[in-house]
Amino acid sequence: MNVAPDIYNAILALEYRYARLLDDDRLEEWPELFVERGVYKVIPRENWHREPKLAILFCDSRAMMLDRVRSLRTANIYNIHYPRHVVTNVEVIATRGDEYDVAAAFTVYQTDLEGQTKLFSVGQYLDVITFAEGEPRFREKLAICDTFNIPNLLAIPL
Amino acid sequence: MSQQTADVAWPVTDGTRVPFEIYTSQDVFDREQERIFRGPLWNYVALEAEIPAPGDFKTSFVGDTPVVVSRAQDGGVHVFVNRCAHRGATVQRQAWGNTKEHRCVYHQWCYDRRGDLISVPYRRANMPIGGYAPDFDMTAHGLRKLHVASRKGVIFATFDPAAPSLEEFLEEPLLDAIDRLFSREVRVLGHMRQRIHGNWKLYVENTRDPYHAALLHGFHATFGTYRSNQKGFRGHDRARAHSAGGKYGDDFAKPATAETVGDDNYISGYSLSDPSLMEGRPDFNDNINLAITSIFPSVVVQQIMNTLATRHIRPKAPDEFELYWTYFGYADDDAETTAARLKQANLVGPAGLISMEDGEAVELIQRAIVRDGKDCAFLEFGPVNADPDQDTQGEDAVRAFWRYYQGIMV
Repeated sequence: MNVAPDIYNAILALEYRYARLLDDDRLEEWPELFVERGVYKVIPRENWHREPKLAILFCDSRAMMLDRVRSLRTANIYNIHYPRHVVTNVEVIATRGDEYDVAAAFTVYQTDLEGQTKLFSVGQYLDVITFAEGEPRFREKLAICDTFNIPNLLAIPL
Repeated sequence: MSQQTADVAWPVTDGTRVPFEIYTSQDVFDREQERIFRGPLWNYVALEAEIPAPGDFKTSFVGDTPVVVSRAQDGGVHVFVNRCAHRGATVQRQAWGNTKEHRCVYHQWCYDRRGDLISVPYRRANMPIGGYAPDFDMTAHGLRKLHVASRKGVIFATFDPAAPSLEEFLEEPLLDAIDRLFSREVRVLGHMRQRIHGNWKLYVENTRDPYHAALLHGFHATFGTYRSNQKGFRGHDRARAHSAGGKYGDDFAKPATAETVGDDNYISGYSLSDPSLMEGRPDFNDNINLAITSIFPSVVVQQIMNTLATRHIRPKAPDEFELYWTYFGYADDDAETTAARLKQANLVGPAGLISMEDGEAVELIQRAIVRDGKDCAFLEFGPVNADPDQDTQGEDAVRAFWRYYQGIMV
């Protein structure tokens, strides 16, 4: 749908910044892209059309996202890799006042320490982006993975 | 004393040495399909709660063989190979659903909910269209059926008519573990899958190995939800194919203190910024907050706090298996309890805060054992001849599993 170019550009910038923070290993800044009680879920596509929509990763506050990051930093063991999030097909689906429903496609590659790159996950984001705080932030971000057979494990958020 | 499995030699038979070839050999994998997954053992395939109504079905696997788990009109559960009796095509292409019949798209051979052949096109000759001979026997061309047994709604299947009863196969501590988790009607909340590039037996070992738990999995220790004074328990069948282990615990939402964690060195001083993750109410009044029931060869049934799941081990190749999680709650859960289970799903599965390491541990082994197949893993942690029910922290259950495995494979 049509939205003012500066709004659309601000939404695009948020989506790209999201990808950059994750790919640059700035995980501690990742929750700042959400509102305080923001929701982030990774939902396998096979669960998406069923009830309840079981998520494999589920945060419903910035604090919970920070806990996830701190766990990745200090507690969890996972495959060492460089992630690359490619965000495309960014489309505003609906608006409600200063809130926008945004859909986008994501492709995430992982490159290991031998420099080999593998496709890790493909899917779509269904986002609710709010401008209530001036800067756009995610009120909700759902990453629905077509690749619902997760290769090994999921550590860095999609 | 040494013995052979396919062409793999075991230097000793007490389970303390495991030659790496056992995880990499295609011959071993093929023999496992024959001796184990098609042998006199019972394979988990699904939960009855996934196919509650007549006509409901889901596709599953027995070893690497695709099967359909189907509920017939009379409520009975049937399991048959998902391969057309005509040309071998996949019959049911959907992962799950409800249907009156299972029809092969290639030549329209059609089977009922029990896997019996009910129609073939042009059965009678009508030249120039061929048809089948007058004595063509429809009953001889059904889908290949497995024997089925269900325990409290947990469905198992076997190809082997000589298999003992499911109850004889599992024996008491395992039956008790199933009965405990499935004492009430369950409601499936969803699925999780992970594709692990490692041999399926590495996961079988992992779920019988308490040694690694606090060493590999850092979440509980880091965030002070770990209790080093938790009492453990362990049970098994006489053949020691299976393992039922777990821990008693106190209120898992309570922050760790010097009192509850004792002299634990792993405590970091961290706590969760959002402790809502750990908020739940015990499902049972037996004070058990961790129960891992590993049923050879195909399933782990788990309770970790309020997370309840079956983990179906689906071997694909010597160096690959799928771990298919069916995550459930109880039909009479209130909204708050369901919400707690959905949130605690963060702890388990492919992105699980306390479990993601297992997939990585399996792959770390598989990646490093590409050569030197005669070299062995070393399994002597915990007294080799200790009473298994007393030694709840050692590698005894892993050694016992390997002795059992040799018995059926050699």
